[in-house]
Amino acid sequence: MSDAMIAIQDVTKAFGPIRAVDEVSFEIGRGEFFSLLGPSGCGKTTLLRMLAGFEIPTAGEILIDGQPMSAVPPNQRPTNMVFQSYAIFPHLNVRDNIGYGLVRMKPSKAELNATVDRALALIKLSGYGDRMASQLSGGQRQRVALARALVCRPKVLLLDEPLGALDKKLREEMQLELRQIQREVGITFVFVTHDQEEALTMSDRIAVMSKGKVLQIDSAAALYEHPNCREVAEFIGTMNVFEGRLLGVQDGVARVDAGPAGELLAPVNGAADLAPGAAVSVAVRPEKLEIAASRPATGNAITGRRLAEAYLGDRSHYYVGAEGLPKPIAAAAQNKQRALTSGSAGETVWVHWPVEAGVLLER
Amino acid sequence: MAATGAIDNESRRSASTWDALRRFWRLHPGLRGLALLTPALIILLVMMVAPLLLTIALSFATQTGFVIDRTPTLANYAVLFAPEGKLYRILIWKSLWMSFTATIAVVLLAYPMAYYLAFRVHRRKLLWIILITVPFWTSYLLRVFAWKVILGFNGAINSGLIYMGVIDKPLEFLLYNPTAVTITLAHAWAAYAILPIYVSLEKIDRSLLEAATDLGDGPLRRFLRVTLPLSLPGTIAATLLVFIPTVGDYLTPSLVGGTSGIMVGNSIAALYGKANNGPLGAALSIAMMLAITLVVCAFLAAIGPKRLRHKGS
Amino acid sequence: MRSQTISRLLTIFAFAYLAFLYVPVLLLPLFSFNDNIYVTFPLKGFTWKWYQSMAANQPLIDALLASLQVGFAVSVVSTVIGMLAAMGLTRYQFPGKGLITSTIMLPLVIPYIILGISLLSLARQVLNIDLSLWTIVAAHVLVCVPLSMLVLIARMEGFDKSLEEASLDLGESAWRTFWRVTFPLAIPGIVSSFLLCFSTSFDEFVLAFFLSGTESTLPIYMYSLLRFPAKVPGALALASCILLGSIIVIVFAEWYRRRGIQAQQEGLV
Repeated sequence: MSDAMIAIQDVTKAFGPIRAVDEVSFEIGRGEFFSLLGPSGCGKTTLLRMLAGFEIPTAGEILIDGQPMSAVPPNQRPTNMVFQSYAIFPHLNVRDNIGYGLVRMKPSKAELNATVDRALALIKLSGYGDRMASQLSGGQRQRVALARALVCRPKVLLLDEPLGALDKKLREEMQLELRQIQREVGITFVFVTHDQEEALTMSDRIAVMSKGKVLQIDSAAALYEHPNCREVAEFIGTMNVFEGRLLGVQDGVARVDAGPAGELLAPVNGAADLAPGAAVSVAVRPEKLEIAASRPATGNAITGRRLAEAYLGDRSHYYVGAEGLPKPIAAAAQNKQRALTSGSAGETVWVHWPVEAGVLLER
Repeated sequence: MAATGAIDNESRRSASTWDALRRFWRLHPGLRGLALLTPALIILLVMMVAPLLLTIALSFATQTGFVIDRTPTLANYAVLFAPEGKLYRILIWKSLWMSFTATIAVVLLAYPMAYYLAFRVHRRKLLWIILITVPFWTSYLLRVFAWKVILGFNGAINSGLIYMGVIDKPLEFLLYNPTAVTITLAHAWAAYAILPIYVSLEKIDRSLLEAATDLGDGPLRRFLRVTLPLSLPGTIAATLLVFIPTVGDYLTPSLVGGTSGIMVGNSIAALYGKANNGPLGAALSIAMMLAITLVVCAFLAAIGPKRLRHKGS
Repeated sequence: MRSQTISRLLTIFAFAYLAFLYVPVLLLPLFSFNDNIYVTFPLKGFTWKWYQSMAANQPLIDALLASLQVGFAVSVVSTVIGMLAAMGLTRYQFPGKGLITSTIMLPLVIPYIILGISLLSLARQVLNIDLSLWTIVAAHVLVCVPLSMLVLIARMEGFDKSLEEASLDLGESAWRTFWRVTFPLAIPGIVSSFLLCFSTSFDEFVLAFFLSGTESTLPIYMYSLLRFPAKVPGALALASCILLGSIIVIVFAEWYRRRGIQAQQEGLV
């Protein structure tokens, strides 16, 4: 009996012939900030709704704190949800919204007011109690939705893309606030988003989903540095991918014939036993690349001509077009090194990286 | 011992059937939706489907005096198609024609009004909409009554014209004929046509009109090429909304139609009532509904299935 | 240049059309104050007597009460059924929704004469029940349920489905969710539906005519008046009162509905 807060066991959800969630199994630990990340239609929201009880799995079982949930309707589950649209009741003011879930326990007026006041303080909206939903900004409504859910003391808080409607700056502020609140309150958060930066910023662990399946579950750093498949690699951050055929493996290092990119070496880290001739890719992050005038002695290197540069304030992206490659190679560097990395368009350069910086993936 | 064991098994089985049912109910939330629809469906079944089936069944019976003979027969339909049924065929045709003329009049007059409301009124739209809607909701009986009062022998028009010296004897052709019925229908149903057309025009994305102008269309061409086609669903809806009920109208012909202006509805009522021939009345009803359906289908086919793609309700 | 003429013509047309809509009906109140038993020009003199005779007219009062009772019963029943149906259609998915919706709207396109006579056959020949105000109520419910549904579906689709899910998620049962969330938000639609069904039933003639027993509703009573020229002015007075009443009700209903839409757009984004 594991001590996981949530156990998802072989859960499938089918709508007719379409499987929105396809035989998914994993566990979420107590007090974890866990994100479900993926593009639209990958099944993450469906999975979240199954945790909440608004969808019933076609197959499989969900256990929350050891209890099977299949017979438990949403209003009896130890979960609470922050909806994408916030779902603030328009006919109730902020106080009544926050206290909504407590009313049925018939608390005393003093108790109720005290609890709501504490919640208002937590979300930094003390004094807004008498306002109506139409008088609140998007960010304020989002916080009211959060408070309303937390006040019910759920074991698990489910958040369905709650920051999607906010503008960039507000979103970044809210990301930090949410993380802080989660640490203070100490309960398990399950967070759904399609924004990989958001997931990376906030989460303890992330499940990357695509087409109903879970591709990889890991911490942010592990997902970034060691993606286990091409889809994850390209979804998280930017990735340069060079396709090719495996020539051989020696001492944990694979030799890949990458066509126009030449012969490349990459570490084999627990990828499936691949035989020579298998279709593979060598992938490397832009910030691991360096640009030199001549070919360096060690490591992988590809020659090409400089294309455009994109200046982003703290760093720049440099694009190098190599002959025969479908996309330009993207290199990134902090601008404090700009003198070393910048150059003029058309210049012939070598893009290089140490072997360990790359990753071997199946094609 | 064995007996209690059997009973235990039995209750366990029924418990699990109950559980299976509950699980089925949980797993298919759509069932709850259907359950909520049940009262409406029951009303529909009992109050519309059953009576209509009854009428269809009745059309295959015969009645002499007060006795109804339920042996199935096509006699009534035979009458409708036979020479002695010519009266009824003419009646159906006349009703269709009167409705058709009234509908055309209504829609042709309503369209510019709806256009004005949708495109030319900017500030007091609510007021205009209320003004247009009020006649829609006042009693139909009142509207027909008003025309009876207006067109009568001693009515408003006649007495007004006499008073003003335009004529010295009342005009007799104003009331109690098909024309009176058509005019009354055209007025009484006017409000029903405006709203669908207005809604349809209001929904047109104004940037489409701007695009047409930008691409070189003058106002008339733009109207014919953009506005009119896009308002077609609403106009079609208005046409059907007026045509279908007016064919079977009972009230208007009975108040302003006299003997020459009666329509199918009156004849059906008479057959059921004074003429004591319910079955023939039922057959006539069915014939009328079929006639309406045929005309509507022909109309929609003429419009073209492609243009109906956007039709709402 | 030309489009300006068209504009002007259109405006003239619009006002002329309004006149066309209203003048015939406005003649009724005009002549109801006329001291003349015949509805003819020239006007003879102003009088209240036709209105005064209404107060003493017992059959009229009975018919009015009957119409009010029928209207009220029809509104309540139709709105409840329409509300349930609207919830079923807007909150749940199941196959055949389009077909079911179209079928429930059918009473709107069947000629009332056929409905009336078919229902009469059903009542008298099959079920062998006596005609009464209740048979009228039943018939009116049939034609009012689709109207109620149209109004309520529009209202229910206007607000966020996740509001009800949020209520469930916060621990309320489905029943309490309905009373704490769905019902309060649906009230404008419920009021509209009520008014719509009431006025439809109150003014309805054909179905009432065929399905009435010994008691008449107001339209039936008025229809009977029209057969006797002497009673026509009384009918005019009655008609004018009904007209005034409906106008007040409709203006209120429309204002209330628009207010609901406004509140919806502000608060529920």
